[in-house]
Formats: sequence, C-alpha cells, structure tokens
Amino acid sequence: MFSRSKQSDLAGAIEANINAAAIEGRSPWRDARERFFRNKAAVVSLVILTIIAFACIFGPMVLPYSYEDTDWNAMSLPPGMEGAHYFGTDELGRDLLVRCLIGGRISLMVGLLATIASVTIGIVWGATAGFMGGKVDTIMMRIVDMMYAVPYLLIAILMVTLLGREFYLVVLTITVFSWMDMARVVRGQTLSIKSKEFVEAAHAIGVSTPNIIFRHIVPNLLGIVVIYTTVTVPGVILTESVLSFLGLGVQEPMTSWGVLIEDGTGVMETTPWILLFPAAMLSITLYCANYIGDGLRDALDPKDR
Amino acid sequence: MWSYAFRRVLMTIPTLLLVITVCYLMLHATPGGPFDSERKISAAVMANLQAKYHLDLPLWQQYLYYLKSLLQGDLGASFRYADWSVNDLVANALPISALIGGTALLLSVVIGIVLGTIAALRQNSLVDYFVMLIGNLGSAFPSFVIGPVLILVFAIWLAWLPAGGWNDYKIHYMVLPIALLTFINVSTIGRVMRGSLIEVMNSNFIRTAKAKGLPMRTIVMRHALKPALMPVISVVGPIAISTITGAVVTESVFSLPGLGKLIINGASNRDYTLVLGLVVLVTVVAVLINLLVDLCYALLDPKIRY
Repeated sequence: MFSRSKQSDLAGAIEANINAAAIEGRSPWRDARERFFRNKAAVVSLVILTIIAFACIFGPMVLPYSYEDTDWNAMSLPPGMEGAHYFGTDELGRDLLVRCLIGGRISLMVGLLATIASVTIGIVWGATAGFMGGKVDTIMMRIVDMMYAVPYLLIAILMVTLLGREFYLVVLTITVFSWMDMARVVRGQTLSIKSKEFVEAAHAIGVSTPNIIFRHIVPNLLGIVVIYTTVTVPGVILTESVLSFLGLGVQEPMTSWGVLIEDGTGVMETTPWILLFPAAMLSITLYCANYIGDGLRDALDPKDR
Repeated sequence: MWSYAFRRVLMTIPTLLLVITVCYLMLHATPGGPFDSERKISAAVMANLQAKYHLDLPLWQQYLYYLKSLLQGDLGASFRYADWSVNDLVANALPISALIGGTALLLSVVIGIVLGTIAALRQNSLVDYFVMLIGNLGSAFPSFVIGPVLILVFAIWLAWLPAGGWNDYKIHYMVLPIALLTFINVSTIGRVMRGSLIEVMNSNFIRTAKAKGLPMRTIVMRHALKPALMPVISVVGPIAISTITGAVVTESVFSLPGLGKLIINGASNRDYTLVLGLVVLVTVVAVLINLLVDLCYALLDPKIRY
C-alpha cells in the first residue's frame, strides 16, 4: 500500500512536471488561441456564426418545405407556429425560413469562394511584388493603386450586365475587386521579412526565388493573412448582397439574402417580416464577422492593442 | 510641391485609360450588336447605320473614335431610350444625385467632425457612447437594410415623410435619402475623428501646452485639431466616392431618378452604351476626387513628399 501510494505520488509529480514543462513551452499559436478565447465578444460571435452556418447547411434538409414550392393555403402568412412556417411565408406562399437559409447558403458560399480566391491572388501578388522590389514592385503596386481609384461597384455592375449572372461569374466579379487590401498588406510584411537572416541564408545556399517566396516567406505571413482574411469575408458578403439587392445577383427562384431583402422592401408596408428576417440574418452575420476579425487581430497581433 | 502635383496629375491618365479600355473591350466582347432586333432592317439602312456609328471600321479605329468623342464630352447615344443621348439622360439625372450626395457629404463632414471631437474630449460621456454606437451600427448594417427600416418607421408607421419618389425638388422627399447617407458617412468620419484626436491629445506637444497653462479651448482649437484632421481628410476621399457609387443603392431604395437609378435601369435593360458612359463619367469624377484629396494632403502635411 505504502509503496503504491508513493508510486502514484511520483507519477503525479512527474505528470505535474510534464504539464509545467508544456506550459512553459507554449507556441505562439497557442498563445494566440488563448487570447482569442478570453475575448468574450469574439467567442460569442464565433458561436452565433457557427450556428447560422450550420442552420444554412442542414436546415433546408430538415425542414418540411422547399425554397421554391408555394403553399397556396398560406400566402403572406405572419410568423408563428401555424403550419410550421416559423418565419411566415412570402407573398407567393413560399416558406420564409427555408428561403432565408437557402439564401444564406448562397451568400456564405459566395463569401467563402470569393474570399479564398481574392486572398490567394492577394498573397501571390503582394509576396511577389514585395520580394522582387524595384521596377516590378513599382508596376505591380501602381496597378493596385489604379484598382483602388476605380469605382468598383459600378464596374461590377457593368461586368455582371455584360458577362451574365451565373453563380461563378458573380464570384469572379467580386474577386476582381477584393484582393488589393491583402496584396498591400502582404507586400509590406514581405519587405520586412525579406531582410531577415534566414532569407539571406536561403539565398546563399542557392534556393530558387519561387521557393524562397513560397516556402520561406509566405509561411511567415500567416498571422497577418488570417487577420485580413476575416476582414475580407464581411466585405465580400456585403458586395454580393448589394449586387443581389440591385437585382444583379443570382436569379429566381434561387435566392440570397440581398434578393430576399429586395423582395421584402417591395412589400414591407403590409408584411414587414419578409424584410426584417433576412435583414436581421445578414446584419447579425456581418456584425459577428467584424467581432471575430477584431478578436483575431488582438489575439495574433498583441503589440497593436 | 509643384513637381509632385504635376506628377500626381499625370498619374491619373493611365488609370482612366485602363478603365475605359477594359470596359470598352468587355462591351465589345459581348454577343449581339446594337441594331439586332426582331424587325428586319434592310441591308442598305444597316450599312448606313453602321457607317454613322463607325461600326464598319476595325476595332482599334472604333476605339479611337470613342476616345475622341469622350474627349469632346460626348458619351454617345443610348441603346434603349430612342432619341436620347447618354448626355441628355445624365443632364436630367445628375443634378438630383449631386444635390443629395453633396448635401449629405457636407452634413456628414461637419457632424462627424463635431461629434468625433466631443467624443474624444469627453470619453465615456453620452456623446462618446453615441459615436461608438453609430460607428458599430454603420459597420454592420448596410445601407439597403437601414434605408428600408427608415422608410418603415418614418414613412409607414409614423407617416411623417414620403416613402420615396421625387417631386420636383420638394424638400420632404429629400430628407430620408440625405439622412441615410449622412448616417452612414458620420459612422466612419466620427469614429476616425475620435480615434485620431484621442491620439493627438495624448502626445507630448499637447502635454507641453497643458504644462504651460494654456486654456483647453486654445489647446484644442490651435494645436490639436489640425493634426487630428489629417486622417479624416484621408477618409473623406473614399467616402465621397462611396457616396457617389452608393447612390446606386440609396436611389433604388427611395426610387429617386438620379444617376444610380439610371445605371441600374441601364443594367437591367442591357443598355450597354448608357452603362459604359456612366461608368466612365463616375470613374473620371472618382479619379479627380482622389487627386484633390492627395493634393490637399500634400499641401497640409509638409512631411509628405513622394
């Protein structure tokens, strides 16, 4: 008995030691994660956004109605328990909850795809310009300046008018005008990393330029890339909603939050809930995305507080 | 200063050319010509029409003709509104957009700077919370959500103002659109002004001024405001441009017959020349505003030289 309890003491002590060692050896990522989870607003936003995303993915599979079927017995039904139309129905008798969730699918999907695309372009553009320097840098950044000077919403309208309103064309149009922030930030960061010793060492042992950029510089940009990605997401979702609101996004009976808000605006005098539900979902999403971005910035870039 | 200004003016030319060229080529790449219609047009008439609009020439010559007419201030003829040139349509719509956008911009710069200053000087006061709240709301609620809610409250429930439309410059038709644009702009300007003034008030030269015993009013008016305004000037440019392009949303929320409405109608009617003309026009204005802001910046801040 005595020896066993001593053994377990020893085991406990060793375990405590291991834990202590683990705490001492925290990685910067773990530090950042802990800082993020201490930020209540950001965590709550993350939870809400996750719930919205899951509802948009799985909700339409569970609910008894489809987004395009009309319920002739329940047109412009106010929200409530009646007939399981929890958000009510629109003026054609389509279930508003399912339409909001399907619309959310499109909005979030466009947000995700356009963000991935523009972040990729931004990283490649910025890292290349920052690393090459000289004339290449000047020309590449001058192009970014030009893109900033352009009234992008109007050109996006022109592009959608000319190219069409297919889902992937809308994503393309939004991407074209969303990558410049990332390119600027990544270029600035690259310039400062470029002069570090490990890059010089890589040069000295003859690593090729693309390899230095993508194997050694890009991984060191991750922190700032994560921050600016979260800033890009709400911007991109907003642009998609604006285009849809103006009737230039996805086409009926497919829908997105912007389309639903536009529909709701037309009939808000008599049936305001058709406007208020999608407007609330879009605004909550944008609000949460902003807070998550703030939380990540504080977590990953503590000196900026 | 002058050499910077000269170089900065020259820099606008490639931007303008790029936008015009890309838009022009995109327009050309779309299938269908301007005179394709159900009705058969005889070959001779068609040839005449094509010759009149230089459509029989190779692309690069057409492009040069287009640039030439742009330089003369002619945006071309509308595809859809028969007998209307784009210039006529713009001449009708521009004053409405300019009046609403200009008023909103002026109001929001004044209100934003005043509110931001008060918020920065009296942190954690009511005004401060108000500025923070507006800043928060403005970043999460897009104009096409706030706009309809304004209509719902002030036009439908309270019935104080008309829900939209335009009645020959009657003022109560302009209140809601101007209020919406002002609200959105104040949310940015107020936040930026608050932040930059707080930073300036914490800097060493203000502490020196306080130590000398200068009255608060003099410190703020004579010493703090000018440096604090610099970041505000740098956001006024983008805000002015977004007020112009944002007119697209505002005007369709309140159904105002301005430039924004024109471009949306053009886009849904596939009136290519109208949309192209308007894009070119707005791009020129946007580039000029950017130019103006940069020159102001260089003039006010002697440290900035490129």
